[in-house]
Amino acid sequence: MLKILKYSFFDLMRSRWSYVYFAFYLLLGIVLLFLNNDLSKAVITLMNVIIVLVPLIGTIFGVMYYYSSKEFTELLLAQPLKRPSIFLGQYLGVAISLSMSLILGLGIPFIAYGLLKSNTIWDFSLLLITGTFLTLIFTALAFNIALTNENKIKGFGYAILLWLFLAIIYDGLFLMSLVLFEDYPLDKLSLVGTMLNPIDLSRTLILLKLDISALLGYTGAIFKKFFGTNFGLIVSFIMLAVWVVLPVLRIVFKSKKKDF
Amino acid sequence: MVSIENLHKRFNKNVVLNGVDLNIAKGGIFAILGPNGSGKTTLIKSILGMVIPNKGTINVLGKNIKNSSSYRHKIDYLPQIANFPNNLKVGELIKMIKDLRKNTKEDQRLIELFMLQPFLNKKLGNLSGGTKQKVNLVLTFMFDSPLIILDEPTSGLDPISLIRLKHLIQAEKAKGKTILITSHIMSFVEEVSDEIVFLLEGQIYFKGSISELKNKTNQPDFEHAIASILT
Repeated sequence: MLKILKYSFFDLMRSRWSYVYFAFYLLLGIVLLFLNNDLSKAVITLMNVIIVLVPLIGTIFGVMYYYSSKEFTELLLAQPLKRPSIFLGQYLGVAISLSMSLILGLGIPFIAYGLLKSNTIWDFSLLLITGTFLTLIFTALAFNIALTNENKIKGFGYAILLWLFLAIIYDGLFLMSLVLFEDYPLDKLSLVGTMLNPIDLSRTLILLKLDISALLGYTGAIFKKFFGTNFGLIVSFIMLAVWVVLPVLRIVFKSKKKDF
Repeated sequence: MVSIENLHKRFNKNVVLNGVDLNIAKGGIFAILGPNGSGKTTLIKSILGMVIPNKGTINVLGKNIKNSSSYRHKIDYLPQIANFPNNLKVGELIKMIKDLRKNTKEDQRLIELFMLQPFLNKKLGNLSGGTKQKVNLVLTFMFDSPLIILDEPTSGLDPISLIRLKHLIQAEKAKGKTILITSHIMSFVEEVSDEIVFLLEGQIYFKGSISELKNKTNQPDFEHAIASILT
């Protein structure tokens, strides 16, 4: 698996999209920090960007990479390699190179700003950890979609729909259900609702840590009341890990059964 | 070498292999023939584990291949259409496959044989179909495995390379290897193969030598013998 990971990783490192992605975060980090001069505001703005953009890039890159390396995959399948190691290697290659663009792109301007001496270092690290989780989750989901759909156009369509649903539509439906059922106790429902969407979960996680009650919203407040800040953080992390593990298991399962 | 029992495979509703029983002995060249869509490639891919059969068992070198990958160390496979990652260079690809399988020095001889030195630093996406096929042949023949599977090995090759390929196949046979070939070029099949396996509608229609086929169909030459099965 490590050899496949190595080849996928270097293959992506040579593609110009990794650099574009890296340069984007670098620019974003520099602009936010040096023009804004307020570290905690910069972290909040970054959170809003990361939470929407990272899933989008993860899904699109994942699907794109899978389809464009189809020939390479077929070449590998005839070699004495286990199927799960081929697909997990490719998956990790994509996810790690995307995470690296994110971490380096944002990390460099923050370190240059003198973040290491400030107190927001933990908020910032949490931001990067959540970003990495989201990359792992959405790349895995993208690989799932691509493995199930032979047709590229369909695969891309489903990938975009998935992102649109989790990033935007889900929140709308969630809010509507809260309004509709406002006469009933909604604590449990909103807790479960947040956990079932990795994007909402990440947002709550970061806001809990930042401790900005004004931005927490209803769900965040319930989260805090229910779990308390520290326990809430742990629960959210466990849920994010589950969100990584389940799609990865499906990649392994699906790849064993597929015909090429 | 390879034994297949009651192999069934369908893609959705399309039944491709419908109860194939086949025994391939060790040593010699076996041609798998059949009209388009008769399941030749599916059969080969099943042996390689790329296609997962719905029913039936396949043994390679006495071991069931289900859920196994290490048996592919014993197989060299030439895919039908040479599709390689386009942004990789020829030399890098050869190095990578060696890294994934095992090291070998045989590649140098094959690169010379197919005159590929000028292309080693070119990207695979920029090569012509024939040159890609030569790279494909190098990748296949550089490992010294007891079973060689060639899917349409002649496609796109110029006459000189074709002659060299035939020599190469004979040389491998002389080492006691088992070689499976599919091809639509009947003269090529007639020239190289010891035995033919004819697939029709997902089943083995005929297995035996070329002269046996000619006797069975009462046709003087091989091409007509094949045609008479199909009509």
